[in-house]
Amino acid sequence: MKLQVLYFAWLRERIGLGREEVETQAATIADLVAELRAREDRYDLAFSDMAAVRCALDQELVPIDTPLGTAREVAFFPPMTGG
Amino acid sequence: MADLRILVTADDFDLGAEAARLEAGADTGAVVTFTGRVRDVDGGLRHMEIEHYPGMTEVALTRIAEEAAARWSLAAVTIVHRHGRLAPGARIMMVGTASRHREAAFEAASFLMDYLKSRAPFWKKEVTAEGAEWVAAKDSDEDALDRWT
Repeated sequence: MKLQVLYFAWLRERIGLGREEVETQAATIADLVAELRAREDRYDLAFSDMAAVRCALDQELVPIDTPLGTAREVAFFPPMTGG
Repeated sequence: MADLRILVTADDFDLGAEAARLEAGADTGAVVTFTGRVRDVDGGLRHMEIEHYPGMTEVALTRIAEEAAARWSLAAVTIVHRHGRLAPGARIMMVGTASRHREAAFEAASFLMDYLKSRAPFWKKEVTAEGAEWVAAKDSDEDALDRWT
């Protein structure tokens, strides 16, 4: 399936782009992360400390082991610092 | 039902106009506003950059405002949050609440701030002469949510 994958803050900077379309067979967000890390060093580096990464599925904050299901958009970002 | 106003903008906002808007209700006896500003603690901050997740930001802020309106008896809730490049001293954001009595207005404003800190998709970066650094989330901000659960 085709997914829009978004990166924010230092994840965006380390990977070098804010958004890309990814063709994947991953079952969960964690599986998708493993696929991305295997691609290139910059992804491997960006996702090296998953304790510092949060994710959203179709703009909803979810745990990393969430199934991708029929989602269209996955986003990765550090803990939020609003306010 | 409370009147909810959610605004995500690169532009500055008019605090007086926002407060006046919250005063609109005839039975509103209390209005609380909180404003967050770009702080320059060490005198070296050139500016702050605030990134956000367009789409999710509005959804998350609306949900936080709806949750506040469900927990307290409120006539109105306002959340304004800026993004982009902000100079030291600039306003970053505000929350405002209107209710019959002050307790609900104060508590709801405090609730809104606690959730905005760690549940709204904004990220702050501080730019100084030495370089740029993403502001790290504080454990205390996450812990602050415990008092509402």
